[in-house]
Amino acid sequence: MSADLLFHDVRIIDPVRGLDQQGNLLVRDGRIADLGPTIGIPEDAEKISAEGAILCPGLVDMRAALGEPGYEYRETIASAAAAAAAGGITTLAALPDTMPAIDDPALVRLLRARGEETASLTILPYGAVTRGCKGEEMAELGLLREAGAVAFTDGSRAIGSSRLMRLALSYARGFGAMIVQHPEDPSLANGGTATEGAQATRLGLPGIPAAAEAILIARDIRLAELTGGAVHFAHVSTAEGLALIRRAKETGQKITCDTAPPYFDLNETAIGEFRTYAKLSPPLRTEADREAVLAALADGTIDAIASDHQPRDADDKRLPFALASPGGVGLATLLGVTLAQVHGGALGMVQALDLLTARPARLLGSDAGTLTKGAPADLCLFHPDTIWQVEAGSLPGKAQNTPFDGRALEGRVLGTWKSGKRVFG
Amino acid sequence: MQYPERHLLAIEGLHPPAIAQLLDLAESYVLLNRSGKTQRDLLRGKTLINLFFEDSTRTRTSFELAGKRLGADVINMSVSTSSVNKGETLLDTAATLNAMQCDLLVVRHDQSGAPNLLAQKVDAAVINAGDGTHEHPTQALLDALTIRRRKGRLEGLTVAICGDIGHSRVARSNIHLLTTMGSRVRVIGPPTLIPAEADRLGVDIFHDMRAGLAGADIVMMLRLQRERMTRSLVPSAREFFRFWGLDAEKLAFAKPDALVMHPGPMNRGVEIDSAVADDPARSVIKEQVEMGVAVRMAVLDVLSRTPSRGRNER
Repeated sequence: MSADLLFHDVRIIDPVRGLDQQGNLLVRDGRIADLGPTIGIPEDAEKISAEGAILCPGLVDMRAALGEPGYEYRETIASAAAAAAAGGITTLAALPDTMPAIDDPALVRLLRARGEETASLTILPYGAVTRGCKGEEMAELGLLREAGAVAFTDGSRAIGSSRLMRLALSYARGFGAMIVQHPEDPSLANGGTATEGAQATRLGLPGIPAAAEAILIARDIRLAELTGGAVHFAHVSTAEGLALIRRAKETGQKITCDTAPPYFDLNETAIGEFRTYAKLSPPLRTEADREAVLAALADGTIDAIASDHQPRDADDKRLPFALASPGGVGLATLLGVTLAQVHGGALGMVQALDLLTARPARLLGSDAGTLTKGAPADLCLFHPDTIWQVEAGSLPGKAQNTPFDGRALEGRVLGTWKSGKRVFG
Repeated sequence: MQYPERHLLAIEGLHPPAIAQLLDLAESYVLLNRSGKTQRDLLRGKTLINLFFEDSTRTRTSFELAGKRLGADVINMSVSTSSVNKGETLLDTAATLNAMQCDLLVVRHDQSGAPNLLAQKVDAAVINAGDGTHEHPTQALLDALTIRRRKGRLEGLTVAICGDIGHSRVARSNIHLLTTMGSRVRVIGPPTLIPAEADRLGVDIFHDMRAGLAGADIVMMLRLQRERMTRSLVPSAREFFRFWGLDAEKLAFAKPDALVMHPGPMNRGVEIDSAVADDPARSVIKEQVEMGVAVRMAVLDVLSRTPSRGRNER
């Protein structure tokens, strides 16, 4: 039995309860034993205090690609877990478009077990909607769900067929699971590598119109209505798409969505002269779209901020722009880039942390993301004002393809605890 | 005025004095070439490599001739795209070229931005000889030289660029160069071949060719590739020719002394009628080829003067 752990005189934020107060938090046997301004303090407890630091639930990242199985040259579960711990993340939903795809119950169980082996990260596997994430035949959603799949998605691939999406929504509903869609009309996006507009025209890059996102969102909202199923739109990036989601939510439909830091921190100009680290899917959008994403975070239209971590090897990126593989790493920068919007005044601190903890946990049906007495002590301690600079090449984890290279951030994780055990800092 | 860049990757970003310097120097090479005198020693001992990932007999030959007239050792490397595409080879190629101590590297590639990528890795001065649908800077320079010699100026002219604007690196480089030098540029073509927000490049957009040609000083035609038909961007070659092909009837809407240009190779009967293309009173297409050699000599000359990045500095 390990000694008690006491976080002494820190700012404790538990977003789900709206709790934000200076106080102490006691960890015993890996669980939260007590918290508050005046709790009983055992004398032999290991004390942790840091002036001006915030203690919050370990972050819950609802969208990340792990390199395993199949792309270990990009990232391994061990290296992703190290990067996640450095980013304050203790629970992560893993995308299924691996090699092989997570379309078999055994693979769902394997990923869960691999998460437990890290002892620092809970992996919540997504199941594939279609076999091999190929968009053709439906995978065994019931068996995948039974094995522990938290929801279904084909990852970076949109479910393009209206009929298939209808069936998936309808069938998954019977198992109480949502379908997570990459909202991009495949035939409109076909071959595109940047947002259609002046920038892509100037660089001579094939464009993807913003309408490709809106069209699939509009269709799937209608299909969700038809089937009664739950659809979740991942990494929403356009004003148009968000307006459709906002309207559907107002009518009480079961529609949810997330976005990722690049879409509220960067715009298409980050591509500069063919910078492939800024090649993402969906592509970085216009400044007006970036502002719309921020507004949708502030007004609650967006339910969660996910890292959208997509590890890539240098060779995947050292290519002419159109041939380079899209995606950026995001685990280590998830909190810092989000905090930039808190410092900028667009989001409140509690609100921002809610988007990174309790709200994604609720979407995934997980108990994580809160500081309840008796719950596992998954904790993130960070200093909101520490300044650091993102530098590709010196980020934790294996993959270094950050779109934020050179970005100065305020707010850095001091320590991360998984079930009361320190896993970072 | 010293040309400010180490490479020539794009026209975009070049200021008028740098463009004027290149054109003035090219002008002097036109006279020199015509006089039959050549400067065989300017690039003596320098190695020029023509690295072509995409076939282009005329551009490669033009650079080859330009390099030889200035005394450079010229080597042609053609790399079939089928074996390349995957970039490892592109960077391996860069390493190979560094080992060969190449001074001037001329690159043609089917991917936008490929020369930018190479320029980050090689010691040589890189000249973009056409990259994907991005830019083709020496083509724009030779077009500008042709126009300037015929019209005496670039500023205040109305230039109509017609056809497949969206997929044309020639169009992009010409738009940047001509608008920078004070010409008014119009682009003409079906909406499916005009790229998104093209107006933000500083051009006026026309879909009706007669309206677009009205009062133009220069009519610049672009090549239409067969692939555009199979991808449904235009229904057929004959329909394209009917509405956007240049024939005498449509040319009559331009100024009576308007010049007809084409970067070649031409698709006769698709984007241009032979009667117009071969009309010595209007067509300057052969002159463009002559200007191409002079412009490339000027570019090689200027870039060989800027000290190449020394191997110690890297």
